[in-house]
Amino acid sequence: MSTPTTAQTPETGTARVKRGMAEQLKGGVIMDVVNAEQAKIAEDAGAVAVMALERVPADIRKDGGVARMSDPNMIEEIIEAVSIPVMAKSRIGHFVEAQVLQSLGVDYIDESEVLTPADEINHSDKWAFTTPFVCGATNLGEALRRIAEGAAMIRSKGEAGTGNVVEAVRHLRQIKNEIAKLRGFDNNELFAAAKDLRAPYELVKEVAELGKLPVVLFSAGGVATPADAALMRQLGAEGVFVGSGIFKSGDPAKRAAAIVKATTFYDDPKIIADASRNLGEAMVGINCDTLPEDQRYANRGW
Amino acid sequence: MSTPTIGVLALQGDVREHLIALAAADALARPVRRPEELAEVDGLVIPGGESTTMSKLAVVFGMLEPLRERVRAGMPVYGTCAGMIMLADKILDGREDQETLGGIDMIVRRNAFGRQNESFEASVEVAGIDGGPVEGVFIRAPWVESVGAAAEVLARHDGHTVAVRQGNVLATSFHPELTGDHRVHGLFVDMVRAAQ
Repeated sequence: MSTPTTAQTPETGTARVKRGMAEQLKGGVIMDVVNAEQAKIAEDAGAVAVMALERVPADIRKDGGVARMSDPNMIEEIIEAVSIPVMAKSRIGHFVEAQVLQSLGVDYIDESEVLTPADEINHSDKWAFTTPFVCGATNLGEALRRIAEGAAMIRSKGEAGTGNVVEAVRHLRQIKNEIAKLRGFDNNELFAAAKDLRAPYELVKEVAELGKLPVVLFSAGGVATPADAALMRQLGAEGVFVGSGIFKSGDPAKRAAAIVKATTFYDDPKIIADASRNLGEAMVGINCDTLPEDQRYANRGW
Repeated sequence: MSTPTIGVLALQGDVREHLIALAAADALARPVRRPEELAEVDGLVIPGGESTTMSKLAVVFGMLEPLRERVRAGMPVYGTCAGMIMLADKILDGREDQETLGGIDMIVRRNAFGRQNESFEASVEVAGIDGGPVEGVFIRAPWVESVGAAAEVLARHDGHTVAVRQGNVLATSFHPELTGDHRVHGLFVDMVRAAQ
C-alpha cells in the first residue's frame, strides 16, 4: 500500500500549538535553575521543564535592586545541557526581553512578576510571538486579561521566594471559586460578570461553559515540600512550578525527585509520606504577613 | 457492539484530552497509574507529555515491567508524541537512562521536528482513516527514522514518517487528542474491540 503524504503548508505559533504545549506539561513539575548543573539535576529528577534564571526568587528578595532577564549565555548553556523544554522570564511589559528570549529559542516565556516590572500599565502583546507565554494571576479576572493578551498558560502568582504556600493557595482557591460562581450564572448575568471581572465577555462565557480556564492552570509561588505540591494539585492546579524550594534546600536532587513523585500521586497520602521522608532541610521560608507591601511580588501586574 | 475499557497512562501528560477523545469514540476511559489498574483495561493510550519524566516515573513506581508484559502479550496500545517514543524499540536523542516499552520495530528520533518555536499544525493523510486528512498538531514532535519489516507506515509529513502501526500497537508523532477530531481514537477503539 502506498503511503499518502501531506500537501498543506505547516503553520507555526498557532494558539493550539502554544496551548497544546502546556497540555503536555500537565501533571509535571517545572523547576527554577540558575546554571547547567542544576538543570541536569532537575532533568534527572524527572522535571517536565526547567525555568532558566540568574537568581532564584529567594535571592532576588535578599539582593534587592532591579531584577532583569537573564544573560543569554546562561540561557543557552541550559538549553544545551538538557533535552527537556526550557523556559525563561521576561519583565512584565518588557517585550524586547521577550523578543530576545524568543530569538534564543526558549520553549516558553514567563512574563513574570518576580522580575521588576518594566511597564506599570501594559503587559506585553503575547499574540505577536511564536513562543508561547505563561503569566501569573491572583484571580480569575487577571487570568482572563492575560489570556486575552495571548497567554497560553496561567499559573498562580503565590508569593515567590518565600517558601510559604499560603498565597498560592489563596490565588488558586480564588480562581476556582470565581469559575464555580460563573457556572451558576445565566446568560444575562455573564455580561455583568465580564464587567466586574474586567475581562472580555467571550472569554468569560467560554469559562462559564467549560468550567475551567481555556488554558492550562499551574500553581507557582512558595511550594517547598512534596505535600505542598500535592496540596496545590488537590486544589485544582494541573501541575506545579517550584522556584527556590528545591535549590535552596539541603538536598536538591532528593527533594526534586520527591516533589515529582508527590505531584503524580497527589491523591495518595502513603506515597506522599514516603516521598517526604529524610529530605534534609527545607528552605527556611518567610512569613507572608510580615512582608512589607512593597516587597510583595503578587501585587505586580494588574 | 461491546464497549471496551481503555486506560490512559496517567503518570504525566495530556491525560484528560485522551480520556475525552476515547469517551467520544465510545470507549470506557479511565486513568491508569498503578499495576492493578493496568490489569483491568483492554487497551491503553500513552499520552503526550515529557517522555523522560514518564519513563522515570514508570521505573520508580514499578510500572515498566507490567507495561512491557502487557504489550508483549498483545494488549492494544496507542501512543501519541511522548507515547510514540515510549513504544519505540529504539530511540535517538533521548537520555542515556531513558527506558521505553518497545512494541514497534522502529527507531524514533526525539524532538526531531525541533523546539517549541518550530512546533506546527499541518493536515495529514492517514492510511485507514476515511473522510479526508486529520489535523496534525506537532509539538516538539518526534519522527520515525526507520521501521522494520513488520511495521506499517500510515502517514508521512514532509518526507518523515509520523504514524506507524505494528499489529496491535499504533503510534503517531502528532496529537489527535488536541483537535476534537476523534477518528484516530476511533481507529484505536476498533483495534481494541477486534482484539477482545
